[in-house]
Amino acid sequence: MTSGDLNPMNSKVIGDAIAGSPSRSLWHQAGRRFRHNRAAMTSLWVLAVIAITSLLVPALWPHGIEDTYWDSILVPPTLENFHWFGTDANGRDLLVRVFYGGRISLTIGLLTTIVALLIGVTYGAIAGFSGGRTDSIMMRFVDIMYSLPLLFFIIILVTVFGRNIYLVFVAIGAVEWLTMSRIVRGQTLSVMEKEYVESAIAIGLPRSAILTRYIIPNVLGPVVVYVTLLVPVNIIIESYLSFLGLGVQEPLTSWGLLISQGAGQIDSAPWLLVFPATMLAITMFCFNFIGDGLRDALDPG
Amino acid sequence: MIRFTLRRLGIAVPTLFIIVTASFFLMHTAPGGPFDAEANLEPEIRENLIAAYDLDKPVTTQYWLYLNSIARGDFGPSLVYADFTTTELIAFGLPVSVKLGATAMLVAVLLGGFFGIVAALKKNQLLDHLIMGLAMTGIAVPGFVVAPVLSLVFGLYLNLLPIAGWNDGALANMVLPVTALALPQIAIIARLMRGGMLEVLGSPFVRTARAKGLSESQVVIRHVLKSAVIPLIGYLGPAVAGIMTGSLIIEMIFNLPGVGQYFVQGALNRDYPLVMGIVIIYASAIILLNLLADLAYGVLDPRVRKSFQ
Repeated sequence: MTSGDLNPMNSKVIGDAIAGSPSRSLWHQAGRRFRHNRAAMTSLWVLAVIAITSLLVPALWPHGIEDTYWDSILVPPTLENFHWFGTDANGRDLLVRVFYGGRISLTIGLLTTIVALLIGVTYGAIAGFSGGRTDSIMMRFVDIMYSLPLLFFIIILVTVFGRNIYLVFVAIGAVEWLTMSRIVRGQTLSVMEKEYVESAIAIGLPRSAILTRYIIPNVLGPVVVYVTLLVPVNIIIESYLSFLGLGVQEPLTSWGLLISQGAGQIDSAPWLLVFPATMLAITMFCFNFIGDGLRDALDPG
Repeated sequence: MIRFTLRRLGIAVPTLFIIVTASFFLMHTAPGGPFDAEANLEPEIRENLIAAYDLDKPVTTQYWLYLNSIARGDFGPSLVYADFTTTELIAFGLPVSVKLGATAMLVAVLLGGFFGIVAALKKNQLLDHLIMGLAMTGIAVPGFVVAPVLSLVFGLYLNLLPIAGWNDGALANMVLPVTALALPQIAIIARLMRGGMLEVLGSPFVRTARAKGLSESQVVIRHVLKSAVIPLIGYLGPAVAGIMTGSLIIEMIFNLPGVGQYFVQGALNRDYPLVMGIVIIYASAIILLNLLADLAYGVLDPRVRKSFQ
């Protein structure tokens, strides 16, 4: 945050005056702080470029992901024939596969996070909102799940339900919601003590309305931060599964699968590892910087 | 404290029970069986095999049989590695995985802690930015990228270390896998340690210690460190889990005879007892280590100790 920032009391008063409602001013302020964070903004742009190219390149590039060129096998990166990233052992163009892999990795990262988000927010909000015995039973269950070696559990889920890409989403998401539910529960408990919730209860709003109108909007901040940090974690988990041969299957591909194939031929064709690994690393950097930036923006001081 | 420990151990039993039950039914609802891979098996032999391992009985019966046998400490025979019991296979693999993981953990805590302390003491100076930049890289570049690169550079190009293999845990064979396994944890621990240090360095009792005229090194060693490691203790449980799962891939890449390969092979081939056995061992380890971490909290933080009563 910049040194010229106001203290929370003043900024709230001024924010109220400008935006008319306290909740909007909070996000306004956060947005402004975020835009001043150069690392986070750069990351946002870089990530946008990666996402857009991953979407467009496979459609526009002269080579398809399954096109094989038997006369150009394991060609190092070259400007000729549009094999800018070289070709793999089957004579397939690596560039198009890297961007196509990006499409799958990013999609999996986002979708698994959405699954985790839905389960975690609902679970945590219900636990925190109900309180008492329901809360302690629900959180005890989360404690139990925590003592599972989670990746082992994902591997069991994936082998059990077949190596279907959609099940990879569900398996990862179904395991990664635990921390989310803890965060949401903690936030809910603290929001529940606020005066506006008390007044909502006093005027007789139904519980569901209190939950959707007051609790969930006010616990969003930490959730947003955690989401940006969960996406890269899930991308890594997918890569991990693909690396073990349990995730995305050929001819589809993902960064993890490409890295796994590249790692196997690292001495003869290092570019097969270098390009997907670099793309993965850049994406990890971006998400981490954005997450840190959001945390600083939403929780100044 | 003893009561706290006993209560936590008391919770551990039902926890393990739930884990066993959940993973048992998950594995057994899966389509396919353990002998599918052997295509040219005579139908009669297949039936005999299935009957011999009680796989023809209803799932609930199998579940009771399994509970009975693990209550006796018997994890059952492996279905894929014929002639071996699950216990034997785990006994082969576990020492390797534990040696690898424990070394990586030790390296991660020592190096990560050290870098975190240095970064905090040099806050916002070049050294701090350098360390935190490297830590960010350690988090962004996963172990399965680091491992083949290390193996290529130090094994193949420089010819300094073996590219793979275990060789009974010889030091030279340990260096690369331990490095690849520890790097991400070093990065995370360094960040945590720096955060913990900075928070404590700004607190009143540190100012008091300085005001008493203690030297800076005495302030850090005697007053700051003890409080600054507290957030780190909380991370030890997840760190161990991270190293356990990281070990799966690192063992694969460096071709190490640890538990990881048995688990992956077991899961792929539906070797129910083997997979269950490994999950139970690892879950118990995580539960135990979390308990140790909580006890360490109590030793270091008097406020927590109070809540044990």
